[in-house]
Amino acid sequence: MTRKRIASSVIKFIVLTVILILFIVPFVFLLINSFKENMAITSNPLSLPESFSTVNYMNAFDKMNYIAAFTNSLVITVLSVLFISLFAAMTAHYFVRNNTKFNQYTFMLMVASMIIPFQAIMIPLVKIYGSLDLLNSKWSLIYMYIGFGSSLAVFIYHGFVKSIPKELEEAALIDGCTRFQTFFRIVFPVLMPTTATISILNVLWIWNDFLLPSLILVDPEQRTLPLSTYNFYGTYTVDYGPLMASLVLTIFPIIIIYLFAQKYIIQGVMQGSIK
Amino acid sequence: MIEEKGVWNRLRTRLLFTGPTLFAFITVMIIPFLYGIYLTFTNWDGISTTLSLVGVQNYLAVFRDIEFWKSFSLTLKYVFYTVVLINVIAFMLAYVLTKGLKGQSIFRAGFFLPNLVGGIVLGFIWQFIFNNVLVYLGQHASIQSLSTTWLADPDKAFWALVIVTVWQNAGYMMVIYIAGLTGVPNDIMEAASIDGANSWTRLRKMVLPLMVPSFIVCIFLSLQRGFMVYDVNLALTKGGPFSSTQMVSMHVYEKAFLSRDYGVGQAEAFVLFLMVALITLLQVYFSKKLEVEA
Repeated sequence: MTRKRIASSVIKFIVLTVILILFIVPFVFLLINSFKENMAITSNPLSLPESFSTVNYMNAFDKMNYIAAFTNSLVITVLSVLFISLFAAMTAHYFVRNNTKFNQYTFMLMVASMIIPFQAIMIPLVKIYGSLDLLNSKWSLIYMYIGFGSSLAVFIYHGFVKSIPKELEEAALIDGCTRFQTFFRIVFPVLMPTTATISILNVLWIWNDFLLPSLILVDPEQRTLPLSTYNFYGTYTVDYGPLMASLVLTIFPIIIIYLFAQKYIIQGVMQGSIK
Repeated sequence: MIEEKGVWNRLRTRLLFTGPTLFAFITVMIIPFLYGIYLTFTNWDGISTTLSLVGVQNYLAVFRDIEFWKSFSLTLKYVFYTVVLINVIAFMLAYVLTKGLKGQSIFRAGFFLPNLVGGIVLGFIWQFIFNNVLVYLGQHASIQSLSTTWLADPDKAFWALVIVTVWQNAGYMMVIYIAGLTGVPNDIMEAASIDGANSWTRLRKMVLPLMVPSFIVCIFLSLQRGFMVYDVNLALTKGGPFSSTQMVSMHVYEKAFLSRDYGVGQAEAFVLFLMVALITLLQVYFSKKLEVEA
């Protein structure tokens, strides 16, 4: 290490630290103001809170109906992610192993559909499912996530199934396993890393999604966390303390998971991008 | 692959393996998409059960809708600035953070953080930053440009939206660039530096050409996200002041669900889809030509 190189890496480190602070500072302002009273926030948003009073949190927790919203978000996210991965893995596997013209075209249609933005579908979607009386239910929403999320999942799985040698499965089939048993005992376990990648991408998308649930879920008790946050904000526009607390409560579960699984999350995004 | 015996068994396997996915995909994506094209030729108001065909009237209405084109051109401007800024910043961060610096993983994790939070929450956080924190700073440190909130001025509110978008997405694209940079083979880089190529030459002549696939992915993603922006737009400015920061997604939403002009709204959504598809396909087609083999 020459002196010049040490100097340059110190400068890099300082510049990066400044950028990092800029990235993180909005969350810091959010946190310190979530413990303050409205007066203290408006008179000086930079001051530290005098005490860690949880009044704002209690307030937001109740009014947001936090437990219900959190539960809704959790059920919708977990079930959607689970079904997308399971069904997409089976479909991708079938497409790779039965490489007929028909299956190739179906697969191409799925890949091509990825360019269709949600905004081009939302109006007819609401019309069709509204006339079938299927709006305003968690289950419809989960079903829609399976429909919207399958293309990318099948696409990513398709790439990985190709790398699994056929011989394993053929041996199992000769030994008397059905196709279904072969898939679950041999193929699906091998695909686990891919399943993790796809699940991470889908959790990030579904947990934070706003537009689709806002169109589908009408009842207050059906609301997911983002919907509940948005609604709370609309009703309490001037009372900053509880508002800040509600935002912290909304972010909290994600940050906790991120602290424990950041390595996997970042890896998942990396692997999901290399197509 | 070994096939089952009999047509019935084969069909059963096909349905079991591809049925659920394809059924959901067709009923959620394909049918609504096709039905949406049909809707653009009708005058549905969202309530009546009967639709009447109105030919290309909705499309004519799209071309006459000044607000739509205003929001579309604003979105183009927004997409241009966000795509450039996101990718330049993301690439620079990734480039520095693949050099084996101390604390590399902490920096990566920190820059990635804004991505984990939904657009609605980010929009609200920044609304508070712009309306309270920065105004307070501006007034107490006598910084003229900050002393009134940016969100009340059409021009500055646009830039506020750009800043928040860049902050939200730079970390995500950075991660994709890091994945690409770690794939650049070390031996050719070493060979180049032994041959006397300095780091600037190495970056320009070797790293950038090898990184074309990553650039394709990131620019594609940031284009898509930019054209479709809705959450952050809604939470940060609500399209205000006076619809001056209303992006095209929000315009389509309001046209359909608030003005109950579903036919025109769907026609606008469809025009938007065609333009975005055209732009992204051109982008991928032209950048594919730049790809090189390592």
